[in-house]
Amino acid sequence: MTRPSPTQSAPRVNASRFRSAHEGEWERLDRLLTRMEKKSARALSEDDLLALPLLYRSTLSTLSVARETSLDRGLVTYLEQLCTRAYFQLYGVPDTAWRQMRRFFGTGWPRAVQGLWRETLVCLALTIAGLIAGYALVASDASWYYSIIPDAMASGRDPAASAEALRGTIYGGRGSGGGLATFAAYLFTHNAQVAIFAFALGFAFGVPTALLLLYNGLTLGAMIFVFAQKGLGFGFLGWLSIHGCTEMFAIILAGAAGLRIGTAVAFPGRDERIEAATRAGRSAATAMAGVVCMLLVAGMLEGIGRQTVQSDMMRYAIGFAALVGWLAYFYLPRQREGGDATVAA
Amino acid sequence: MRLWRRKTARAPLSLRRRFVTPEGVDLRLDLGSGGARAGAFLLDMLMQLGVLIALTIVLVLIGMSGGMGEILLILWLVGSFALRNGWFILFEMGGRGATPGKRLMGLRVVARDGGRLTGGAVIARNAMREIEVFLPLTFLGAQTAQGAADGFLTLFALTWSGIFLFFPLFNRDRLRVGDLLGGTWVVQSGRAKLGADLGAPRGIGGRVFPERALNLYGVLELQALEDVLRQGREDAMRTVAGAIRAKAGLTDEGDDEAFLFDYYAALCARLERGMLVGRRRRDKHG
Repeated sequence: MTRPSPTQSAPRVNASRFRSAHEGEWERLDRLLTRMEKKSARALSEDDLLALPLLYRSTLSTLSVARETSLDRGLVTYLEQLCTRAYFQLYGVPDTAWRQMRRFFGTGWPRAVQGLWRETLVCLALTIAGLIAGYALVASDASWYYSIIPDAMASGRDPAASAEALRGTIYGGRGSGGGLATFAAYLFTHNAQVAIFAFALGFAFGVPTALLLLYNGLTLGAMIFVFAQKGLGFGFLGWLSIHGCTEMFAIILAGAAGLRIGTAVAFPGRDERIEAATRAGRSAATAMAGVVCMLLVAGMLEGIGRQTVQSDMMRYAIGFAALVGWLAYFYLPRQREGGDATVAA
Repeated sequence: MRLWRRKTARAPLSLRRRFVTPEGVDLRLDLGSGGARAGAFLLDMLMQLGVLIALTIVLVLIGMSGGMGEILLILWLVGSFALRNGWFILFEMGGRGATPGKRLMGLRVVARDGGRLTGGAVIARNAMREIEVFLPLTFLGAQTAQGAADGFLTLFALTWSGIFLFFPLFNRDRLRVGDLLGGTWVVQSGRAKLGADLGAPRGIGGRVFPERALNLYGVLELQALEDVLRQGREDAMRTVAGAIRAKAGLTDEGDDEAFLFDYYAALCARLERGMLVGRRRRDKHG
């Protein structure tokens, strides 16, 4: 590659010869990588795409050579950084958004939920236990109600309220419908944030998550008692189920995801603790992304359906149709796709 | 504590990690330092705040001209939720694996096993931020607003945040709790330009150095000289050139920079020749 020049007697070092032999390649790889990082792999022409892995491999091998033979530290650092960038563009970049979405809704989400079935049952049991306890507590002594449910949430729906007032909260249209959608949006963001909390809190060995679920059940049980006492239990459940089936399911799943993390940290089994935590964390997080989607649906059901659909039967029908739909989506067996990376992980 | 200390005493304290590609080459990743990561987080929070303020102003302006108050309020609620939860997740799932703050600090998120950065991993590492930072602080903020924050509660919230905030400093790989669960770590992503070739012949009349002058130094000193030449600071060059001349017993001809470049090329060539026959001279001691 190099021509010995007769006019120069200065010693020409290996690093210079090495550099002039490969500099073109490195610069081309650098240009391609910059374009990929700024836009995406689709910004490259066909030739460039074909050249990329070759350039990467030859640059990687020049890095090995440079480490052994070159004393130019600037050169070695440059090559290390170039190879690292190339590696992460070739191996480490996530799929395109569209493919990720398809995989998430197609297999990733239902599988993550299926994988949580044990925790889901535990969370369901916790919620039901809380519900029964709440009901029984308020039934034995109405003053419990006030310590279970904060004033802001009760907004007049307490044991002292008249049957008429309670009926109004279930069947009455909320004024002119103004503010309803805002309220639904507020509830969605609030619930989603709480669900993410419940998930993250699972890291503390799942204890706070379990408490949160119990408390959730308690408030529900206390509410049900207040309405049932006035003979409005059936109506209240209908009013609740229209969005509650989706919402409660979502909260139970969020709790299950949190418990999965907590148990993986506490009882890693045969794996190393960090490895177990990572595996649990990734699959539980996939389920969590789904929970936020479910809460979005619940928010919409609530905003649209709660006050516009007034018949009990209709409310039950919508609520349970949603529940059956979710159950079918999550738990119906589906055929395995070959080469699905999320399963192997 | 005792146990940890013993471990770190044995292992090197550097943030450089072995990272072997499928082709069998060790890329030697540098982990992001605690300071850089804290800086990146602060930058991200400031940027989020800026976006939130801009969003609010735009929506208020639209609301004052038109009359769609409710839709705008919904947009604001959902928008701020998406901003808070989506900022980190969406940016880190993008091609560069870094939020704007991380990009400015020269950091990126990668999977610890070197594989693809999956959506699940990114969501897991960022959802944990909720309990690391936001939960105790919002709790504290709400209680303070109601005037109910007593000393104990404040202490508890700060301790809680402190444990999680300083968690990265207590493990070797600078992992957050979120990194632990997501199976990720944060590495430096430098993009240095290829510097000038210091060993290239420079014009005519390269100096020839006596054997004794070239025998003085090893690779360590050569690379220190390389740093001096690349930085190009005149006072540093004068000092170094003076030291070399004094040690090698050469006469001062005035032109420090040309002298150093020539000396660098000559020393480099000599050390490389030594390496060809399997003698790698680490430093001046041998």
